[in-house]
Amino acid sequence: MRQFRETLYRWIFTVLAFASLLFLTGIVLTLFRESLPFLVSHEFFDTVFGLYWYPTYDPADFGMLSLITASFVVTLGAMVVCIPVGVGTALFLHELASASQRAVLKPLIEILAGIPSIIYGFFGMIIVAPFIQNLLGVPTGLNAFTASLILGIMATPTVASLAEDALSFVPRSFREASLALGANRWQTLTRVVMPAAGSGISTAIILGIGRAVGETMVVLMVAGGAAVIPGSIFDPVRPMTATIAAEMGETVMGSAHYSAIFTIGLILFFITLAINIVAEIISRRFRLKLGLGR
Amino acid sequence: MDRDVKISALNVNFYYGKTLTLKNISLDILRKKVTALIGPSGCGKSTFIRLLNRMNDLIPGARVEGQILLDGFDIYHPKTDVVSLRRRVGMVFQKPNPFPKSIFDNLAYGLTISGMRDKRFIEHKVIDSLKKAALYNEVKDRLHDNALMLSGGQQQRLCIARCLVVEPEVILFDEPAASLDPISTRKIEELILELKDEYTIAIVTHNMQQAARVSDFTAFMYLGELVEYGDTERIFTVPREKMTEEYLSGKFG
Repeated sequence: MRQFRETLYRWIFTVLAFASLLFLTGIVLTLFRESLPFLVSHEFFDTVFGLYWYPTYDPADFGMLSLITASFVVTLGAMVVCIPVGVGTALFLHELASASQRAVLKPLIEILAGIPSIIYGFFGMIIVAPFIQNLLGVPTGLNAFTASLILGIMATPTVASLAEDALSFVPRSFREASLALGANRWQTLTRVVMPAAGSGISTAIILGIGRAVGETMVVLMVAGGAAVIPGSIFDPVRPMTATIAAEMGETVMGSAHYSAIFTIGLILFFITLAINIVAEIISRRFRLKLGLGR
Repeated sequence: MDRDVKISALNVNFYYGKTLTLKNISLDILRKKVTALIGPSGCGKSTFIRLLNRMNDLIPGARVEGQILLDGFDIYHPKTDVVSLRRRVGMVFQKPNPFPKSIFDNLAYGLTISGMRDKRFIEHKVIDSLKKAALYNEVKDRLHDNALMLSGGQQQRLCIARCLVVEPEVILFDEPAASLDPISTRKIEELILELKDEYTIAIVTHNMQQAARVSDFTAFMYLGELVEYGDTERIFTVPREKMTEEYLSGKFG
């Protein structure tokens, strides 16, 4: 009886553990299957580098360059925000913050990370966009700049908390060795602790970027939605995720447009996959470098 | 007695928060001699040695009372420059802790942080220190390899070399061989005996034989107190305190 229960539990947990593999396979297969008609009937590179996204015209145009560019621009913009703020926060928490400051800041950062993206979008739309519009005198506050800003704020907690983890993984003995040689705190931080945590910090940044690339709600609400290659950061844009979210509900199932949207999803999937793989490679190298094993 | 005192501790108390972990320690460490601190785990010997280069400053809630004089100057005086103190009083830790940098960069670090830019001088100092630490011959062909590729014993000698680069006057060894095999341990001990011609050395060890082999003076500590201090030979042959005798003969510890 006991033997039987052991075996049963083992099976249950094995199945549960492999469930995520099943989901992943299912998602990838679906993406491929649904985008296949499009990939077969349209030249892939013409599509990716095509300038015009007019999916409902006749004949339709499925040029995705403006969507891909939009994703790229807002992600880059988000990085400009989240890297300095996130890494700066991590350094402050690790090096300068008193125990009481840490006790306040760390939970706050976690709360910030837990706020649903629709709230960020709402905030961006109602507060930030009008503010930017008035401040800079641009035609609309719903543009790539605002989207970058909000995405950057959203990604900051991820970067900050992962970078702080990376810093705290650096063995205390490195710091002690440096200080014992007569280095000051700043030298110890910049020349010993940060290089040792460097790949961990890079991983934190990459995962933050991953978050920004895949974010949908914020860009749907504040990026402006124009499927045109932006002339400046203050132009409205339509990133890939926003395109999928906005158009999926309005298209005819099985149409070329429908399949094209899945193709965007497929491209997005591979971009985030690549980001995760790079993050994993770097963090593995980081653990090896510190002699922490795998 | 002709005593050439390098470091002098006077009625030192040390608190972690409210716990008194060192009680009224007074001890002289003599110039260019090896002074060993022995005692069972938790007796405060490591805590004491870490007071001598103010490494305990890093511990929140730590507090020191009394005086520790280096060449007659109080190292806990508010005007003491901790950076220059630590350049004069180097430290080798229990677990080898080379930086995850190349062998060369590990040693060059101590020079570059003080603004040294002369590449020739740095190279000269690095090689010289590796030689002094009896490591040069083993690593001369791979100075730019990562230091973490070295064996534990080599890493510890690298840490000694790294400490020598900045030309300290005193070297503190905090159980330097605790994580090493017997052969590596012997190399470290031989090195200590060579270094004492030029440096004042204090070594914490819970290995009594090691203290007997390398030191000129021995201090026996127990539960935060200094029980007995004197010539190593005398302590090991005719201890005055009963507790010292019992510890040395293995009755506790």
